Amino acid sequence: MLGRVANGIFWMYRYLERAENTARLLAAGHRMTLTRGPDVASQEWKSVLTTLGLKSAYEARHGDYTGAQVSDFVLRSRHNPESVLSMVERARTNARSCRSALTGEVWEAVNEGWMSLRDLLEKPVRDANLNQCLHAIRRESTLARGATHGSMLRNETYGFARLGTFLERADNTARILDVKYYLLLPSLSYVGTALDSGQWDNVLRSLSAERAYRWLNAGRMDARSIADFLILDTRFPRSLVFCYAMMRQNLSELAQLHGEENEAHMRMREADLRLADRTIEQIFDQGLHEFLIDFIAGNQAIAGAIAQDYRFTN
Amino acid sequence: MHAPDGSVREAYAGYQEWLGAQDESWMRSKNFEAESFFRRTGITFNVYGEDDAEERLIPFDMVPRIITAGEWRRLSKGIEQRVRALNAFMHDLYHRQEIIRSGRLPERLFRNNKAWLPQMVGFNPPGGVYTHITGIDLVRTGPDEFLVLEDNARTPSGVSYMLENRETMMAMFPELFSKVNVRPVSDYPRRLANSLAACAPEAVAKGSGGKPTIAVLTPGIYNSAYYEHAFLADQMGAELVEGSDLRVVNGRVQMRTTIGFKPVDVIYRRVDDEFLDPLTFNPASVLGVPGIMDVYRAGRVTIANAPGTGVADDKAIYSFMPDIVEFYTGEKPLLPNVDTWRCADPDSLKYVLDNLAELVVKEVHGSGGYGMLIGPTSSRQEIETFRAKLIADPDNYIAQPTLSLSTCPIFTRKGLAPRHVDLRPYVLCSPDGVEITPGGLTRVALKKGSLVVNSSQGGGTKDSWVLDD
Repeated sequence: MLGRVANGIFWMYRYLERAENTARLLAAGHRMTLTRGPDVASQEWKSVLTTLGLKSAYEARHGDYTGAQVSDFVLRSRHNPESVLSMVERARTNARSCRSALTGEVWEAVNEGWMSLRDLLEKPVRDANLNQCLHAIRRESTLARGATHGSMLRNETYGFARLGTFLERADNTARILDVKYYLLLPSLSYVGTALDSGQWDNVLRSLSAERAYRWLNAGRMDARSIADFLILDTRFPRSLVFCYAMMRQNLSELAQLHGEENEAHMRMREADLRLADRTIEQIFDQGLHEFLIDFIAGNQAIAGAIAQDYRFTN
Repeated sequence: MHAPDGSVREAYAGYQEWLGAQDESWMRSKNFEAESFFRRTGITFNVYGEDDAEERLIPFDMVPRIITAGEWRRLSKGIEQRVRALNAFMHDLYHRQEIIRSGRLPERLFRNNKAWLPQMVGFNPPGGVYTHITGIDLVRTGPDEFLVLEDNARTPSGVSYMLENRETMMAMFPELFSKVNVRPVSDYPRRLANSLAACAPEAVAKGSGGKPTIAVLTPGIYNSAYYEHAFLADQMGAELVEGSDLRVVNGRVQMRTTIGFKPVDVIYRRVDDEFLDPLTFNPASVLGVPGIMDVYRAGRVTIANAPGTGVADDKAIYSFMPDIVEFYTGEKPLLPNVDTWRCADPDSLKYVLDNLAELVVKEVHGSGGYGMLIGPTSSRQEIETFRAKLIADPDNYIAQPTLSLSTCPIFTRKGLAPRHVDLRPYVLCSPDGVEITPGGLTRVALKKGSLVVNSSQGGGTKDSWVLDD
């Protein structure tokens, strides 16, 4: 397949994944602020923007943190090139320029998703409609993923689609954890205090992990097992370990197809070494923050190597 | 649909019978369904010069335009004759120029023509084919009276609408197709792929002996016909490439794939000549491939259509087509031209100026229905403005009578209403022969009384049926 098309597909799935994760983060933040006083609310919105890497862009335009303002900025502001709306537009533009690499079902899912979200985000979203809107963003992304799963050939194109999805997802999970890492440090585990269990619940919700976690841990809520779950659980589809298992598989399928391994495979192995056979205690000993910073940098190195190896650009 | 005496024409008998049995509100809901289908699948075109290059739908009308088997047989003979003549004409223009030596065509017509490329002189394109894909625009002025309005020998577009219109009709009215025997068009992409493959450079045919690699070269997603480029590539199983995907490596045109550069044998380009090669033509072009013309001239890649075929699109050349057909085929043209006055000729100019209110005047190099005057529907003011332009630069214009074009009914909110139509059949040309897809694209002027069918000016399209015997 063409390098340009591989690039387009890879980024199309990154945008779709990021749009969805942004909606999830916003929904968790919104819920959090409803149950707390204005100080906590403003703190929470700040952390949402930090996680998305939008804090300075936001502060360049706004002096305070209100829910309506933050949501509008994140979802649809013209001043935010990383808004959900522009992400969905870019995904659709990529789908259009790679039209012949996608099945009709995937193209229609992305195109219809773009049409409906464009209408939904045409005007500022009222607070009362925010949840519905965030739900719609997640649904459109889910539909595109479902169409991908159900209709695409398991070939090179699919490999880049999946690599984009899981690379972006791993990045997003790591960023969410890093912004809230101090809440997960064992030294701060005041088990049972209302604030912390609320904060932990919030971290889980940002990753749609609250039910899975509760189901596995039967009511036990502590920092160690939450971190363990989000980083090392092989069953949870947004955990770092899970994302990397998928990436490893997709990269090895590409190597098989092309008959050669590249730099991306080497970087993947390096990253695996940081993750494989680790226990959460070892990660805490290394320092959770340092671990996550390393992880995010390693993830970026893999993305860079993929673009290079597979001739994404001239 | 109706003959002058009010009876239903033979071609429409089957359709009319079916339509009479349909409920009107159901038909209205079908009309709505068609539009949402086109929007969902993204069958859109971009309009140049609008603020945000908005994607628009070409309106689709669900009443088919129907041609009988007998009518089509006669038509296709005429089309084939014309396309063979066009191809021979191109070869002659870039070689011995017998037609000019014989005095049948004035030399200045192409000497001053920007579409004429000196780089093509003396060069034999692979397979000897210049016009791999041609669109012949026809209008009907009476029973069995079709005239050629225009020859599109550069990169005729619209074939994806021909295919999608049929798909849409079959999805919406399946039982109609079991009642009426319509010849299929759906194998056009396969025929196109075969026809292009047959034009691959000889080295490819001899060499690997394998299947030639075909690529569709598009200017990209902002081009007005991008949908069609993607559609055709998809349907042919060819790569859809942009200029930046291609590079000349080791004397071949190659595309950048995830595992390195891979040679391309046949390029179905939807990029104009001017932008094809920045080293040969417009140096500012980023849409083309630097050095592609050298590879082409070395016979190591096929470019379809061949560069320089735009000469045949020219409206001044058009006026000579009857002579051209006769010169190269030795036969009388089966399909007549519309009478055309060349304003470069003083007698014709005088006639045109005296009769502006009755005539249609067009720019020689114009297209898309722009820059023309339709006398009968223009105000006195418009006519006088145009008169001044005409006097200032008569060489730049031709004039034609206002034709009484045939109409075909469209579906409106108030029921069926007649509108003017034209027809563009698509013709494939390769060393294996000439192939014409039965039907083509019917364009329809949606405004009452209008004669302009161009999609950029409010025209729509219809499914075009050729009935089977």
